Amino acid sequence: MPDRSNANPKSAALARFRRSHEFWLLAVIGVLVSALSLATDSFLTLQNLFDLLTSNAFTGILASGLLVVLIAGHIDISFTATASVAQYLALTVGIRYGLGWVALFAIAGAIGVLCGLINAVFVTKLRISSIIVSIATLNIFYGLLIFTTGGNYITSLPKFFRDGILWFEHEDASGVPYGLNLQILLLIGSFAVAWLLLNRTNIGRQIYALGGNKDAAQRLGFHVFRINVLVYGYLGFVAGVASIVQAQLAQSVTPTVLVGKELDVLAAVVLGGASLNGGVGTVFGAILGVALLAILQNGLVLVGVSSYWNQWFVGLTILVAVSTTAWSERRRRARGSP
Amino acid sequence: MANFLELEAISKHFGGVIALRNVDLSLAPGEVHCLVGENGSGKSTLIKIIAGVLHPEPGGRIVIEGREYPHLNPVQSTERGIQVIYQDLSLFPNLSVAENIAIASHLGAPRVVNWRAIRATAQAAMERVGAALDPDARVEDLSIAKRQLVAICRAMAADAKLVIMDEPTASLTRHEVDALIRLVADLKRAGICIVFVSHRLDEVMEIAERVTVLRDGAKVGAYPAREMNDKTLATLMTGKAYAYQTSGMCFDAAKTVLSVSHLSRTGQYDDVSLDIRAGEIVGLTGLLGSGRTEFALSLFGMNRPTSGEIRLNGKPLALKTNAQAIEEGIAYVSEDRLNLGLVLEQPISSNILVTVLDKLPSRFGLISEATRQRTARRWIADLAIKAPDPDNAVRTLSGGNQQRVVLAKWMATQPKLLILDSPTVGVDIAAKDGIYDVVRTLAAQGVAILLISDEIPEVFYHAHRVLVMRRGRIAAECVPHESSEEELQAVVDA
Amino acid sequence: MMLRFLRGGAVPMLSLVLLAVVAVFWLLLGDRIAGASAMQSMAFQLPELGILSLAMMVTLLSGGLNLSIIATANLCALAMAYVLTTHVPAAHGFMWGGWQVIAILAGVGVALVVGLINGFVIAYLGVSPILATLGTMTMCKGLSIGLTRGNVISGFPEPIVFLGNGTLAGVPVALLIFLGLCVPIAVLLNKSPFGHKIYMIGSSEKATRYSGVDTKRVLLGIYVLSSLLAVVAALVMMARFNSANAAYGESYLLVTILAAVLGGVDPFGGFGKVGGLVMALILLQVISSAFNLLNFSPFLTVAIWGVLIIGVTAIGVVLEGRGISRR
Repeated sequence: MPDRSNANPKSAALARFRRSHEFWLLAVIGVLVSALSLATDSFLTLQNLFDLLTSNAFTGILASGLLVVLIAGHIDISFTATASVAQYLALTVGIRYGLGWVALFAIAGAIGVLCGLINAVFVTKLRISSIIVSIATLNIFYGLLIFTTGGNYITSLPKFFRDGILWFEHEDASGVPYGLNLQILLLIGSFAVAWLLLNRTNIGRQIYALGGNKDAAQRLGFHVFRINVLVYGYLGFVAGVASIVQAQLAQSVTPTVLVGKELDVLAAVVLGGASLNGGVGTVFGAILGVALLAILQNGLVLVGVSSYWNQWFVGLTILVAVSTTAWSERRRRARGSP
Repeated sequence: MANFLELEAISKHFGGVIALRNVDLSLAPGEVHCLVGENGSGKSTLIKIIAGVLHPEPGGRIVIEGREYPHLNPVQSTERGIQVIYQDLSLFPNLSVAENIAIASHLGAPRVVNWRAIRATAQAAMERVGAALDPDARVEDLSIAKRQLVAICRAMAADAKLVIMDEPTASLTRHEVDALIRLVADLKRAGICIVFVSHRLDEVMEIAERVTVLRDGAKVGAYPAREMNDKTLATLMTGKAYAYQTSGMCFDAAKTVLSVSHLSRTGQYDDVSLDIRAGEIVGLTGLLGSGRTEFALSLFGMNRPTSGEIRLNGKPLALKTNAQAIEEGIAYVSEDRLNLGLVLEQPISSNILVTVLDKLPSRFGLISEATRQRTARRWIADLAIKAPDPDNAVRTLSGGNQQRVVLAKWMATQPKLLILDSPTVGVDIAAKDGIYDVVRTLAAQGVAILLISDEIPEVFYHAHRVLVMRRGRIAAECVPHESSEEELQAVVDA
Repeated sequence: MMLRFLRGGAVPMLSLVLLAVVAVFWLLLGDRIAGASAMQSMAFQLPELGILSLAMMVTLLSGGLNLSIIATANLCALAMAYVLTTHVPAAHGFMWGGWQVIAILAGVGVALVVGLINGFVIAYLGVSPILATLGTMTMCKGLSIGLTRGNVISGFPEPIVFLGNGTLAGVPVALLIFLGLCVPIAVLLNKSPFGHKIYMIGSSEKATRYSGVDTKRVLLGIYVLSSLLAVVAALVMMARFNSANAAYGESYLLVTILAAVLGGVDPFGGFGKVGGLVMALILLQVISSAFNLLNFSPFLTVAIWGVLIIGVTAIGVVLEGRGISRR
């Protein structure tokens, strides 16, 4: 087995970054941004960037949660169903009892955690593969939601909710207000919390360890069930939060509109370098992955490509990205041994 | 001085199977002790009881530094200073060296990671062990020897008073084994107990002060190492006496099956030339890292050489795939039986037939079930594989029988050259004999055999000629019949 | 004795369950479920799910997964529909027949391309099947939407429509097509070298490769086969609805996995038989039709499918723990 460790720590760290996934993503994004700012005037404007952040907040917040699950070595695609359930219940209850921001987020988060718990139990205690569990729970949560609610919309949302929040408000030349709205605040917040969890807490490092070598983790006395509960619960909570954010942006609750977006989130996180095998992935990478897909889709629209082609471009990007990652991984391994 | 650890009357049953019966063991502080026994002798069960992963039957006593326990749990065991380094090292490849060493800190309070404390712990442990590693390097980028150092550092960081190492030398080069031996001596001087579990009898002898032999779950005895040699140990482990003799056959008259000239692959082996005649068994030995397996894989078409020539029965071969090699008549029994040699979950019959699926008699390209069963049973009978039902998963067989399945599948390809890479690893001493018989029969039928092995006695007594590889080159040749085991060992160690 | 019966694999166990379920529903619904017209309508609905389940099953056996089967089917259907609606002349004749054949070939061509992409990326580049087929699924759906803007293409010539809606001696043609596919697929899996290799690769690709099997070629073949099955499903689907669209049948994905797992296919690869799959499909079809008759909302139905997958896989895990083989 070739020994790739380096005696000099600083140059080793730099070399590691240059070889890393994040570096290449940054490069591609750089190229994309440059190309777009040359191709069109409307890309690099405050308006556009503000809209970009706001409209991708939902995906971004979810990505910060899914990242944690992937690092632990599992996969989950039921979180959009969880979000739908959380959104509907939280706002129904919230409107009925006249609740405020905190209560709304608390209820949505709690429902999300509950759904996540269900996933964790099936994956750990029943030992079913996580992709099958999540395909099943997606349908269970979503099916039951639409069955019991009849797919009704909620359009009469309270005024405070529709107004949202805007911090550090400022107006540009034409009097259009900008600032940190609910979406951007929670987008930044969720990535920050994910980073703190993964890099500054013991349990976060345990998540990496579990994803890296499950057997060793068990032998060393890690509480695997507790970690799984935390991980799925966290994604569930994040899904609940994201669902409120999305309802505020859309100014309505449509139970049928969120399911179907889970693959976009998965694509973004995988693009960002998280591996389906677990143990690999960073918050920075996930941010870049979300950014890449967001800029790509935004760019297509600005350049004049019909939005009907959007999905094809996303699919192509995913395919190219996972292919190059896998191929370079193969080459790296082949260089060492037969 | 009081013993660090004492085990008395330790037994363990798993349903109807008795894994351990009334075993006792004592370890003095700073003692280097070896635990030997065949597969199924109860070694790993005993280790797990010491580690607290398993509980012994009621009636057994575990005494650590005077304190008595009826049984242990993993937390207690660690608190009392017991650390186990399993064969797979149980490291986290995606984490850094420092984090792996200080992993125990992740499991306790406080909740927030103290990166500085982790670095300090790792640094301290590395200094104690004398390892110079980059604390930020990812473990998956390290060589096996360095990874082992990380595992040992981890044990030290956890304030170990007893370190149990399971098969620590299995993947180390001679150089690295020497480094490990020196490290063990240092640890011993610090008063730390070391227990080795190993089947490498020759290494056991180098390091150990006392040896405990287990057989069928019972303790045969505890002996001072200097009174033992690997033959007496083998006898104690199996209860049988094995006497091997070298073969003095001459092959000058036989035709040359394999002829390798100046074969090289940059970075792996260089300028290797050898000939094997029909019916001849040529041994290839040398320390790990000498390029043996890489060379073997080149002969098997899975590792393209950069220069040189391979001829089989005079015909030059340019092998691009292993399928091509098999077609030409070359077969390769991998050293990693469980991952590369067998598909454990699939039936015995499927495993036997996998190499000849395209060759079995078929109508319209379809193989009838009758043909499959008939062919599989024939091989099972030919190789005396103890399998009540050919449709059972291969996983259900013992190590020795599993290896017979591997041999069956390769014999089915009717090879002209059979390459055996460490063929008796994980096979009990008694079963080894059976495998050697099969190999000798094959040789008698005119197959050329290349026997690659780490175990000097294995090549010495079963090969007609032995080549020693060192750092990628053939360094020496030895004819067992005209030499002695010690001489060969000396050449290898030189 | 019961255990020995169950040890015979999925088929005997499922036949028991099927009998029980049919009995329950017969008590609840009587003639509505057991009568001839109910049977017929089940016989029409089963084939498209069945063929798609075969497409999913072959990839599951190899230790992978094909998330793109529905998207591939829709894309192929649109390709065929396009040719059928723009080139087939109204008058019957040689050209009329010829263009229909070309339409079908166009669909097959699209399926081949998708299958080759999947196979190449998974086998030769080493991308995980979930990610690779996720990518092709998104691309196929994206292509379908991009080309049709979500619109439906409809109105096909009678022979095509006959494939989905016609009967031969009272048996729906579509069902005959499905059963007609089951036999060669079963023979391929059980008796051909290719089939044996699939099972071995499903349990351990590495060990199979070291035994001289060209695993890359086999995997490529599996994903191509999966796509080809998807295009047959596409034909049956578009024939039955007399239209093609980018988003048909998306709810089928879950059910194909359910049918496979229920039918004894190991989600990790290496085990499973067509017979078990067929039994599972019949069982699911009976349940689905009964739900329909009982006026269950389709959303409740998918929720129940979800619970069933969990339940069945959990039982499988428990049985395995007790040493009851899944073969």
